Amino acid sequence: MKVTLSVNGRAVTREVEPRLLLVYFLRDVLGLKGAHVGCETSLCGACTVLVDGKAMKSCTRLAVQCDGAEVTTIEGLAPAAVAGVALESQELHPMQAAFREKHALQCGFCTPGMILTAVELAARGKELDEAGAREGLAGNLCRCTGYQHIVDAVLSVAHGESAAAGGAR
Amino acid sequence: MTSYIGKPVRRKEDRRMIQGLATYVDDIELSDLCHVAILRSPHAHARITSIDRSAALAHAGVIDVVSGEDTKHIGTVPVASAVPPDKRTPRTPVLAEHKVRFVGEPVAAVVATTKEAARDALELVAVDYDVLPAASSPEAALRPGAPILHEGVDTNLAFEWKLEGGELTWKEASERAERVLEQRMENQRLAPIPMEPRGVIARFDPGRGEITLWTSTQIPHLVRTFVAIQLGIPETKLRVIAPDVGGGFGSKLNVYREEGLLCFLAQRTRKPVKWIERRTENFQATIHGRGQVGNVKVAFTAEGKILGIHYDVLADLGAYHQLLTPAMPAITGLMLSGSYAIPHITIRVKGVFTNRMSTDAYRGAGRPEATFIVERIADMVAAELEMDPVELRRANFPRAFPYKTATGLTYDSGDYVKALDKALQVSDYRGLRRAQEEARDKGRLFGIGLSSYVEICALGPSGAMPTGGFGWESATVKVHPTGSVTVMSGASPHGQGQETSFAQIAADMLGLDIEDVQVKHGDTGTMQYGVGTFGSRATAVGGTALYQALEQVIAKAKRLAAHLLGAPVAGVRFENGKFSANGRVLTFGEVAFAAHGAAKLPPGDTPGLEATSFFEPSNFTFPFGSHVCVVEVDAETGEVEILRYFAVDDCGKVINPLLVDGQVHGGIAQGLGQALFERVVYDDEGQLLTGTLMDYALPKAHQLPRFTTERTETPSPVNPLGVKGVGEAGTIGSTPALVNAVVDALAPLGVKHVDMPLTPERVWNAIEEAKRARGGVS
Repeated sequence: MKVTLSVNGRAVTREVEPRLLLVYFLRDVLGLKGAHVGCETSLCGACTVLVDGKAMKSCTRLAVQCDGAEVTTIEGLAPAAVAGVALESQELHPMQAAFREKHALQCGFCTPGMILTAVELAARGKELDEAGAREGLAGNLCRCTGYQHIVDAVLSVAHGESAAAGGAR
Repeated sequence: MTSYIGKPVRRKEDRRMIQGLATYVDDIELSDLCHVAILRSPHAHARITSIDRSAALAHAGVIDVVSGEDTKHIGTVPVASAVPPDKRTPRTPVLAEHKVRFVGEPVAAVVATTKEAARDALELVAVDYDVLPAASSPEAALRPGAPILHEGVDTNLAFEWKLEGGELTWKEASERAERVLEQRMENQRLAPIPMEPRGVIARFDPGRGEITLWTSTQIPHLVRTFVAIQLGIPETKLRVIAPDVGGGFGSKLNVYREEGLLCFLAQRTRKPVKWIERRTENFQATIHGRGQVGNVKVAFTAEGKILGIHYDVLADLGAYHQLLTPAMPAITGLMLSGSYAIPHITIRVKGVFTNRMSTDAYRGAGRPEATFIVERIADMVAAELEMDPVELRRANFPRAFPYKTATGLTYDSGDYVKALDKALQVSDYRGLRRAQEEARDKGRLFGIGLSSYVEICALGPSGAMPTGGFGWESATVKVHPTGSVTVMSGASPHGQGQETSFAQIAADMLGLDIEDVQVKHGDTGTMQYGVGTFGSRATAVGGTALYQALEQVIAKAKRLAAHLLGAPVAGVRFENGKFSANGRVLTFGEVAFAAHGAAKLPPGDTPGLEATSFFEPSNFTFPFGSHVCVVEVDAETGEVEILRYFAVDDCGKVINPLLVDGQVHGGIAQGLGQALFERVVYDDEGQLLTGTLMDYALPKAHQLPRFTTERTETPSPVNPLGVKGVGEAGTIGSTPALVNAVVDALAPLGVKHVDMPLTPERVWNAIEEAKRARGGVS
């Protein structure tokens, strides 16, 4: 089947098997390896991407269900890449910067999905409190951090704190 | 000259991880890459009567299908446990031979051009089984007439092991005691569940006869050694690469069947092959942890002095030994003194084969089991004597260090009173007890739990390792001509952050900007032999190897600087990256360039500026701490709410407080997971009932409280950095803190113990039973 969608602002048309999951479309067809597969049953959240601005688990959506959708993956989250600048030196999205600043990641495997869920969550702004942040993260599992630094990162962005503040480097 | 050590330096590895640019095994693409799917046993115990692969071979895209008949020449999956010496060690084949012994045991493998084709073809492999009754628990496996897993011997007992020591015998301890308490205690089976499942890629270069193996592992060098032995090839022909590894928690401190199997398939098909574990396979066939059920007796005086502990335990080994399976209960035995001076300790272990996946090292690895027992004992004795649990702990702490335990360990350094006092102060323990009185007056079930743990880290002196060796670690420091530095560490990490903490050490000692230091790890093809990251050893052992290598580099650079500056070596100062003598200064970069140019070397010195060092520790380190957990139990539903959590940990000197906090937080979460939620369940037929994340409950963000973490700092005398290790502390300290808090909450009802996990059902049942026992009507 033919599927046409926008991925990180670029229009993409591909012929795919109807059973192909969105996460494998992103990973295997487009080579975007940032969405990770941790369970294939929608429980861990490592595959979370933004579909039309909403955080969704890409392991339980078919690629063909996303026909016409706008998908943002971790690779497309930061401001538009500057030509000629290496990816690792590009400007970060505030949530990416907050994850680094707050030490909200260890092994990094849940991180792309966690950041995309966090982006949606932080859009609630000042009314988001710690309990709300924790409830909002319940669909994304992390085995390394105990979540505390992730919650700190989400709240710092939601409340408009500057990620650049404090800390050596 | 310290500018990085001790500071919350942000991690160097984060940039690639937050941008989706990290490389885990599944992210690696190779041209012509084929995919492997593994057919696993649906039965806990069965004889394989036939395997028909013809339909699978005919499936579009399928290249090969293999079974145990094809792989029987491959050596057994290794066991590297020196204890107990006289254990039974049955062969662990890469694919089942004639018989399957647990649900999930690999039976056949399909190689296909796509992963979809490989998975589809699995269903076309027809296996006939003659199903046998299962030994589905250690108790069942020891009953007369139980089904026998491994033929040749008439028992499922793999070993018996005993450790007994101290200045008193158990008889003396129990005779001198005011009382002896007895309690059955269980450390339930847990699943480690790193968020990245295991994954393996193997590529065979037929021209060179070399295999490259990418695997999600904590121990790339040991995997190379053991897989080379299994395959019967020289280690020079096998290169093992651990790329970014998405968590391990001990589950990737192992050598698995799939590693040897994929190497074989790459050789056989002449194609690069990839296998990525699915989550259900991870539950079925990646090691589990804990799995001890036993009976503990404690002898104590009327003043609350513990005189002896006697622990009889069944260790649920699973169907086969994995790398360290038999060593786990031995570590529990060694640590049974906890943070107390106890004149007698006995542990008697029966290691039992069961029709289940193997147990092995899961974060804490033997210590959480010991700590749970000792810390529950401390509270049980305090309750029995109507003492405050704080006072009971104080009365039993050793005060002088080094302290030699009844189990033969020597605790390196400690100040247990200080950590406990700080925990009491931070948590406002007196205030909490007052709040508890008020809550109890209103009929609320409010509990406060303490845990004063000690753990064994920095594994360890090679001669004292449960593996019978490999306790050392290595580091290479390569200074490039322009003065930037590559560090290669044998302690390959999987989330701990050594790319940052080791760069802090190197940058400080060499006086460089941290951006000029790059830490590499995990590739046996490009670096010196190393051991790995486990047992909270990376900084204490690997960091010290790095410290030694840096000292060698500095010594050589100093000789060259002295020569160039026309001064005696003793007259050269090295500070902040600059060598100075006679009023002249050379930067580290200038000396590095001169070392490589080599036009003017000191007599007898060689060109270049690099050093490799191997560090063999003289003892383990013993981090410690005190945790305080505050809970409220809902009497109607049995639900436990964690109100507050305070942790005071002492891991010796701290290289990076941010990373230490991260380790402590994650550790506490895992320990609370054991206490409250997690349990691997097999039914009476050996079927795995917890095979997905729907059935096995990992802690989620909204189920955990905010943790308040503080530290005391008692340097270890065992290494020059003074560090002890912190990777497992939280897991070890938190489980008993929570259980003690819940039992404390239920104490007014007469509840004395509840088995983990403390699910609402179990807690509610404990409440109802206590009410019935008191003759009350609810």
